[in-house]
Amino acid sequence: MDHLDLLEAESIQIIREVAAEFQNPVMLYSIGKDSSVMVRLAQKAFFPGKIPFPLLHIDTTYKFREMITFRDEFTASIGAKLIVHTNQQAISDGANPLRLGTQKCCGLLKTRALLDGLAAGGYDAAFGGARRDEEKSRAKERVYSFRDEFGQWDPKNQRPELWNVFNSRVDKGQHIRVFPLSNWTELDVWQYIGREDIPIVPLYYAKLRPMVVRGSSLIPVEQDFSLLPGEKPKMVMCRMRSLGCSPCTGAIHSEADTIDKIIDEMKLVRRSERENRVIDHDQEGSMEIKKREGYF
Amino acid sequence: MSLLRFSTAGSVDDGKSTLIGRLLYDSKGVYEDQLASVAKASANGSGGHIDLALLTDGLRAEREQGITIDVAYRYFSTPKRKFIIADTPGHEQYTRNMATGASTADLAIILIDARNGVLPQSRRHAFIANLLGIRHFVVAINKMDLVGFDKAVYDSILNEFTGFLHRIGGPLAQFIPISARDGDNVVTHSEKTPWYKGPALLEFLEDVPVDEGRELLPARFPIQYVLRPNLDFRGYAGQLASGVFHVGDDVLALPARRHTRISRIVTYDGDLQSAYAPQSVTICLADEIDISRGDVIVPVAALPHVARRFRANCVWMNAKALELGRSYVIKHTSHQVRGVVRAINFRVDVNTLARVGAARLELNEIGEISVETHHPLYFDAYSTNRITGGFIIIDPLSNETLGAGMIVDIEGKEETRGQVSQTDRASRFGHRPAVVAVEDHESAILLERELFDRGSNVVVVTSPEASALKLASAAGLIVIVIGSVPAGAIDLRRTATQESVRQLGRLGVLAGHEELLIEGEGI
Repeated sequence: MDHLDLLEAESIQIIREVAAEFQNPVMLYSIGKDSSVMVRLAQKAFFPGKIPFPLLHIDTTYKFREMITFRDEFTASIGAKLIVHTNQQAISDGANPLRLGTQKCCGLLKTRALLDGLAAGGYDAAFGGARRDEEKSRAKERVYSFRDEFGQWDPKNQRPELWNVFNSRVDKGQHIRVFPLSNWTELDVWQYIGREDIPIVPLYYAKLRPMVVRGSSLIPVEQDFSLLPGEKPKMVMCRMRSLGCSPCTGAIHSEADTIDKIIDEMKLVRRSERENRVIDHDQEGSMEIKKREGYF
Repeated sequence: MSLLRFSTAGSVDDGKSTLIGRLLYDSKGVYEDQLASVAKASANGSGGHIDLALLTDGLRAEREQGITIDVAYRYFSTPKRKFIIADTPGHEQYTRNMATGASTADLAIILIDARNGVLPQSRRHAFIANLLGIRHFVVAINKMDLVGFDKAVYDSILNEFTGFLHRIGGPLAQFIPISARDGDNVVTHSEKTPWYKGPALLEFLEDVPVDEGRELLPARFPIQYVLRPNLDFRGYAGQLASGVFHVGDDVLALPARRHTRISRIVTYDGDLQSAYAPQSVTICLADEIDISRGDVIVPVAALPHVARRFRANCVWMNAKALELGRSYVIKHTSHQVRGVVRAINFRVDVNTLARVGAARLELNEIGEISVETHHPLYFDAYSTNRITGGFIIIDPLSNETLGAGMIVDIEGKEETRGQVSQTDRASRFGHRPAVVAVEDHESAILLERELFDRGSNVVVVTSPEASALKLASAAGLIVIVIGSVPAGAIDLRRTATQESVRQLGRLGVLAGHEELLIEGEGI
């Protein structure tokens, strides 16, 4: 078995374990490439049956239009149950990253919305597509990450995790975040998408797109995007390496318009994938702080 | 591309983080922007060169205190292999983290500071790695630059540590003289050690064979999930813990002890003719039998132990000490049962390897315990099978994971080698020897078939001599006698077949759902 077969077998074991031991699991679906892989693994885990839990998308309403179109088509095509949750209160109050700053905006539209969405469904386990290679504080994340009644993560109070034997016991109100892709790297994900022919959002492929160059970032022009004084969109051959909200996700210059080219690019690339996510860098140790509060 | 999982343990001083940083850096497992942020952070501390250790110290508390307090997983790959590092701290108070990191690793890198020689920490790490079933060791003798790449220093450490490894069971070990800071013998062979003829560390990691023999072990398929998408399909989803299953194989489902055949091996990518560990597949069986999550499918010819009482090595992982007689939850493969620890047979001083008496097992302590569960577990010794031999202990009140267990053997069985005991036979056959009297030929044939299909070793004899019965009993067989009732025989002459089977279950001849099979030594 090659490394992808081994990772696949390991992830399927985790997904089945959760479906068997929890009352009410849900799979967080972010529309990104990791979510696409996670959903395929869930399909494999329960074949010839359907995925026995719903997919939950936390929609900030700032996602790219292409993402939403893809989401609706893809989930319908595999017969999955999709639930969309948005922090409507914050949206009505006019939450946006330019006005509130990225930290506060993420706090309301992602973290708060996620915790509310989980509470609304009464879920006791939530799958997420996070990988340990993404960011330093994630290197120590468990496969089963215990969250207290407030959805918070305490890095000092995580359960020891040995072999593939997971402790699924939680009290009412507590839940477990489960990361079946923990041991996958970004390259593994791309290789698997290529091998398995998994559908992904077209934004991952290079194309000429209208962009604004802001500092060292390439920001796509989307929806009611407001230009700063002196800014002018121009057509740039580029693609997204990771997908977030349109105002906070930069593109990279790239010619990679097929999976094979993306994999080749990956092998040469010398910069990390979350570098173009503004929110990771808004303060020192920022991912760890977001995670403690309940972010993925 | 293959996959190698290895563990490291060490403290800041012995250069472990620097070594990992070096492997990531030289194999290009680090991105420029991550490197830049490390360069920024190390500008305050070390003067000049980039401190590679900062690449791996993840959490803020750790960066501030300069310590590593948890298991961190790191990833890098070369064209030959993908690597997963379980990076753990080395101090005694982090024994549980070392055990956790070692539990999934195929190989352990033991770091020894050339200036200090073999310290208790190196021995402790090797002991824990060996206890958790790691069979390949790399002993990296680091900071060779600080002892002038002196062969005598290397030889002396090699001799001392080889002796130690022999004492703990003799895992295979490759000794490599390195300088993690400068990269000597890490990725390529160093010119500064012309006397060292072995491979550089990364070369060794790329080529060392792992998982050899896993397919040769008896097949074990713990059922995780029963798939019933429609009335025509019933499949058992799980991951092969060991061995190989083929379509058509004769198998037994435990604990039901129903004999059947594998009819299909189903995956999303199409049916398979055979499945190998550690594949995740769905198995369909030829007969409708009532089995569920927590049960296990095994080959008729190679059964696991079925027992409620066993001995296990235990690493205690919670601040609340292990309490004898207290009800715990035991999670073993996909099976959760209640159980108690009946005895702490001894505690091991991990620094001296001495076995000492102990009334309690405290956080980070290791010892051998005797466990009794409410329902039988179906297991193999951890030394032969890490999946079916390992379990975790959970506190049913706080839900915390309290400890990890590695099963040594069935309780009451001290010696696994040497003469085959009645317990050995009973464990293999799934029943104790017995002589059973039935009414006539027809009932004998019915009962024989029923027992045979459950995996029993059974034979029908018409007019047995006492010596023949004695021999059959010594061989662990169930003998069905027609007409007469020899001394010590179980009289089932006016009993229907199914009731006879239940009766044998109640009498403890056959292992059933509730009965303990391995009590005593046969009839």
